[in-house]
Amino acid sequence: MTGDHQTLALLLFSAFIAVTLGITTWVSRNRHGSAEEFYAGGRLFSPMENGFAIAGDYMSAASFLGISGLIALFGYDGMLYSVGFLVAWLVVLLLVAELVRNCGRFTLADVVAARMAERPVRIAAGTSSVTVSVLYLVAQMVGAGSLVALLLGGTSEAARSWTVIGVGALMVIYVSLGGMRATTWIQIVKAVLLMAGTIALTVLVLVRFHGDFDQLLATAAERSGHGRDFLAPGLRYGGDWTARLDFISLGIALVLGTAGLPHILSRFYTVPTARAARRSVVWSIGLIGSFYLMTIVLGFGAAAIIGPDAVRASNAAGNTAVPLLALDLGGGAGSTGGTVLFAIVAAVAFATILAVVAGITLASSASVAHDLYASLRRRDAHAKQYSEVTVARLAAAGIGAAAIGLGLLARDLNVAFLVGLAFAVAASANLPVLLYSLFWRNFTTRGAVWSVYGGLVPAVLLVVLSPVVSGGPDALFPGVDFHVFPLQNPGVVSIPLGFLAGWVGTVTSAEPPDAAKHAETEVRALTGAGAV
Amino acid sequence: MEKHEGPGAPAVWIDDPWSDALAAGWGESADAEAPGGAGAHATATPGAVPRQQGGRSASDIYLEVQRSPAFQEVRSRYRRFVIPAAIAFLLWYLAYVVAATAAPGLMARPVSGAINVAMLAGLGQFLSTFLLTWAYARHARLRRDRAALELRWDTQEMTRGMQR
Repeated sequence: MTGDHQTLALLLFSAFIAVTLGITTWVSRNRHGSAEEFYAGGRLFSPMENGFAIAGDYMSAASFLGISGLIALFGYDGMLYSVGFLVAWLVVLLLVAELVRNCGRFTLADVVAARMAERPVRIAAGTSSVTVSVLYLVAQMVGAGSLVALLLGGTSEAARSWTVIGVGALMVIYVSLGGMRATTWIQIVKAVLLMAGTIALTVLVLVRFHGDFDQLLATAAERSGHGRDFLAPGLRYGGDWTARLDFISLGIALVLGTAGLPHILSRFYTVPTARAARRSVVWSIGLIGSFYLMTIVLGFGAAAIIGPDAVRASNAAGNTAVPLLALDLGGGAGSTGGTVLFAIVAAVAFATILAVVAGITLASSASVAHDLYASLRRRDAHAKQYSEVTVARLAAAGIGAAAIGLGLLARDLNVAFLVGLAFAVAASANLPVLLYSLFWRNFTTRGAVWSVYGGLVPAVLLVVLSPVVSGGPDALFPGVDFHVFPLQNPGVVSIPLGFLAGWVGTVTSAEPPDAAKHAETEVRALTGAGAV
Repeated sequence: MEKHEGPGAPAVWIDDPWSDALAAGWGESADAEAPGGAGAHATATPGAVPRQQGGRSASDIYLEVQRSPAFQEVRSRYRRFVIPAAIAFLLWYLAYVVAATAAPGLMARPVSGAINVAMLAGLGQFLSTFLLTWAYARHARLRRDRAALELRWDTQEMTRGMQR
């Protein structure tokens, strides 16, 4: 990498930081520190704004860099991520978005706690939300680190670490000063930038192949050295039955996880009505769907133009395929076009990381302050609202620190794969309790608590005991081996366990289901009566 | 956001501020689509949810609304669309994932040029997602939104006394 790349990319990135800090300052100028303002941005965003913000919250660096990289390395098997990440939105649209908007105030736990004994349910749902968020944050941190490694030549460990720390510091500033309003605007700006950058690259790839997608695929297959196998499933997950089961597990986790992600759920509270929430989701499905279609073109484009070997040489996990592709599309290393395009892609990826981490940090600080802190302390404080927001601001700093530490530790794992883990935990711990609360008449407090822990504990435990953490050269701790669970993704086991635990907890519960509370939840969910 | 001028007042459709396109203009009569079919205008206002004042707790009101025919209609419209649709797309997605692992031979079968069955199935997932999104949004807008909003005002009016 030449100095030009670095200078221009850092310049663009500084511009983005300046703009986002400007937004934060402008928004926080006349803040009044209410919980409504901090967690939900005043609830007056329009569906289009919220749709862009949801897309900005969801289309992470893991998608932009990780999925294209996986497609460039493994061909068709990388496409599963694109498909799963999009189809997941149908679960959100059909079963979750409107009902959650109508029933809740700020967090996932609000929806469940409305029907149940509040304290245990809040603590359970808050714990699992924070766990999911921290896992997801780590994935974004790893993405930031590997991007800088590419920018600065890949060897400077110190630069990589400082980037992770810098990203963490910035996200804490955005969230604790600007709350949901600043976070939303940063996500909207980022979604526009990301879409523009992706469209530009996709057009350039297609122009290179004269608009012939068929020829693009044929060239990618040829360059990959695998021939036609590159375009069919099986390269990454086609080995023994363990690998195939892993693939199925990942697929299930992706499609069910989105509806349990706390930072996605909290976005529905920023619009005034359930109908606006639905229309936000329709917007975001349009944006996200076209984005993932383009990542497929970029991934196969990188395989065809750069070749999987060069991609692998730059970063073993494939995270740098798109920046390399941009460099080549602009005219190659050393050319002005290549320098500019590379710098733009790097800056967009940075922007992506910042916007996504801000959203997750906000959601997890809401879980800490609104669910955990509010349940664990005595309810007698006079200035309760003010102190809850203060706790949320402090929690943002704590979560930032935790994410930085773990991000430094996990830096060699593929970011798309790390996101797959976060999704598995979300699908196991958050989705069952949410669906049961909204749709099951006889659901009880014990069922809710069991359902959260019955999904969360197996999911986390299976990840710890999986080959991801120990026992292989690519593991988090390569030196030791305590892996007993063969799959990398725990979803296929832990998601059914979450649903099962909720069912068992409910049927063994001594407490009878509260028909009146169920009626209230159902009426509010479907009509919006009493919604804030 | 007051709606009821009196028991005999025609049901006035109050626009949600964020809604632009409602039933009108989609070639379907709003009357035919309103809850309960024909005559919905007469029943969707106070008649659907019996209203007596005084002496009830909020949970009584919610139970009563839940039992009312208007609410049952909204709920069954929602469920009749969402449950089959959710089962269908989850099965279609699961079939896709399982086929990719268990039947790679089938998925690798070429269709035309470099395009094979797997590629078509993947793009088909994108297409079906877009189509279902459109169908759901349309169904909710035409078949559910109006009735739900009326129930919302009715319920809030009944519970208003309790909260202060």
